Amino acid sequence: MTTANLTAPSVEQLAPNLKAKVEPGALATAQMAFLAIGVLLIGASWFSGHFYFSYLVGYMGVLGIVLCALFFTMVQHITRAGWSVTVRRVAENMSWTILPLLLLFIPVLIGSHDIYHHWMDAQITDPKAADYDGVLAGKSAWLNSTFFFVRVFIYFAIWIALAWFFRSNSLKQDQTGDPAITMKLSRVAAPGLFLFALSITFAAFDWIMSIDPHWFSTIFGVTYFAGGYMAFLAFTILLCRWLNARGYLKEAVTTEHYHDLGKFLFTFMVFWTYTNFSQFMLIYYANLPEETHWFAVRAQEGWGAIGMILIVGHFLFPFAFLLSRHVKRSGLGLSFGAIFLLVIHCFDMQFLILPGNTGGHGHGAGTENGAEHAHGAAGGTFGEQFGEYLHNVSWADFGCFAGLLAIVAGLTIFNIRRTNLVPVRDPRLAESLHFQNF
Amino acid sequence: MATADATSSRWGIVAEFDSAAAIYEAAKKTTDEGYSRVDAHTPFPVHGIDDQLKQRPSGLGWIVVCCGLTGILLAQLMMWWMNAVDYPIWVSGKTPYAWPTTIPITFELMVLLSGFGAVFGMFGLNRLPRLHHPIFKHSSIHRASDDRFFLSIEATDPKFDSAATKSFLEGIGGTNVEIVED
Repeated sequence: MTTANLTAPSVEQLAPNLKAKVEPGALATAQMAFLAIGVLLIGASWFSGHFYFSYLVGYMGVLGIVLCALFFTMVQHITRAGWSVTVRRVAENMSWTILPLLLLFIPVLIGSHDIYHHWMDAQITDPKAADYDGVLAGKSAWLNSTFFFVRVFIYFAIWIALAWFFRSNSLKQDQTGDPAITMKLSRVAAPGLFLFALSITFAAFDWIMSIDPHWFSTIFGVTYFAGGYMAFLAFTILLCRWLNARGYLKEAVTTEHYHDLGKFLFTFMVFWTYTNFSQFMLIYYANLPEETHWFAVRAQEGWGAIGMILIVGHFLFPFAFLLSRHVKRSGLGLSFGAIFLLVIHCFDMQFLILPGNTGGHGHGAGTENGAEHAHGAAGGTFGEQFGEYLHNVSWADFGCFAGLLAIVAGLTIFNIRRTNLVPVRDPRLAESLHFQNF
Repeated sequence: MATADATSSRWGIVAEFDSAAAIYEAAKKTTDEGYSRVDAHTPFPVHGIDDQLKQRPSGLGWIVVCCGLTGILLAQLMMWWMNAVDYPIWVSGKTPYAWPTTIPITFELMVLLSGFGAVFGMFGLNRLPRLHHPIFKHSSIHRASDDRFFLSIEATDPKFDSAATKSFLEGIGGTNVEIVED
């Protein structure tokens, strides 16, 4: 048997009306518009009260989306999934924006002495210094500037290598149609997912959890991943629908695929709640001051209102809204759910990063972290707390998220314009094109 | 043709088809003709046949939702009554009824009752368990789990007429068209 007999039927045979590529020049305006909006929003955020914290809110929100695009790609390979082949190319192109995201990490590096000032000060390990901190001295083998910067490059090396490997091999298969590539990617996905799980966990520890270096939670990386994967699905649904409206992927990503993406979105919205409640429950029940202070800070300065918004907006409302099959299969219903959950994802990132650091005066760097330093009493009605939140938060805490999301959208469109819209010679393409839910 | 004998002794008419495509077309023609109590019996799920059979969506989801909400309510009532009314105990500084502590059990009871609702609701809607079904009297129905596809029209269908329905099914390509007694 020759290899020719093993190759899959061509996309022209399977779906004669499907455009395999974006026409030259098409979508260029949209791509430039997204990038321009992103640059403008981030540029304007520079002049807000606490730029570095706002930028970190946006960056971690968007990083979760891009990393989970890589996760999605690897999961589809390791499970040898058929339904998702047409969506996978969008995810591959999205995951490849991890390369420019390395450059976009530079503001975090520049601001690192503001954001992580609790432990980046050299004196905390010096017993004779006034601000010596025995607990942080004990953690200094991990939490020190040099190793922190080394880890940044380790994480990005893993992510860039994996994203490049999966995307470039998939593109190679577009040329050769070799089914062995599918087998190879399925094998590499196993160690790939292992590396992904470790790197995203420790990145969440390093870049969010260490803002409050006394506090620790082993499930923290999982909660960050759960929120990021939910946001990735919401973003992918919106991007695919936008491409549909431009006349692309219409025969490839159909109601059936949106129905499955919607189920996935629902699942990880619930999974986020599950992991966050697990974290809260143990800390609440044990009631140890070294753990509870993280939530005590998040009950003050108006953040209690955001906690309530997350319970309702990240669980109760979307649970009731997305539960129905009809909503997940309706374009308008699913798009609304996706936009809603992306906004909520921004609130989630704010809740993780900002409390205790905006200080009620809009200055991040100088104020102290921790319950013992936090101003403003816990409690008050929801309205009072929300008013206090609005007083403390900056428009840039939303602006940076929107700006970086626009940049990632622009860069993804940039990648999409340069590749086939679907993996045209994937052996499971036919299964995906004919996919139906029951 | 006079079929004076009581239709109540008839369960329906069953016809055999030899491919998924054939039964898909037959289902479409049958419901287009105006028959409503139509069902397909196939060795594997046939894509899109639900639409062609024009069956109402299952009401099982509503049963499960009601059972789940009952579970939430029961769990909350139980824990509130036990911990705050009947025998209040203060544990590690929590008030006798502290809502975060009730979430795991509320979740468990919701899942338990939803699961019961799904399984027993399905049994009820399908009128299970039963030891026999009239359709098994058809001479080749055992091949529905192997390599043949069957379409049934029940006698309770308003349009049902033994002779006319039988010849209709033969006309759309059915073989072994048999009247099945109840």
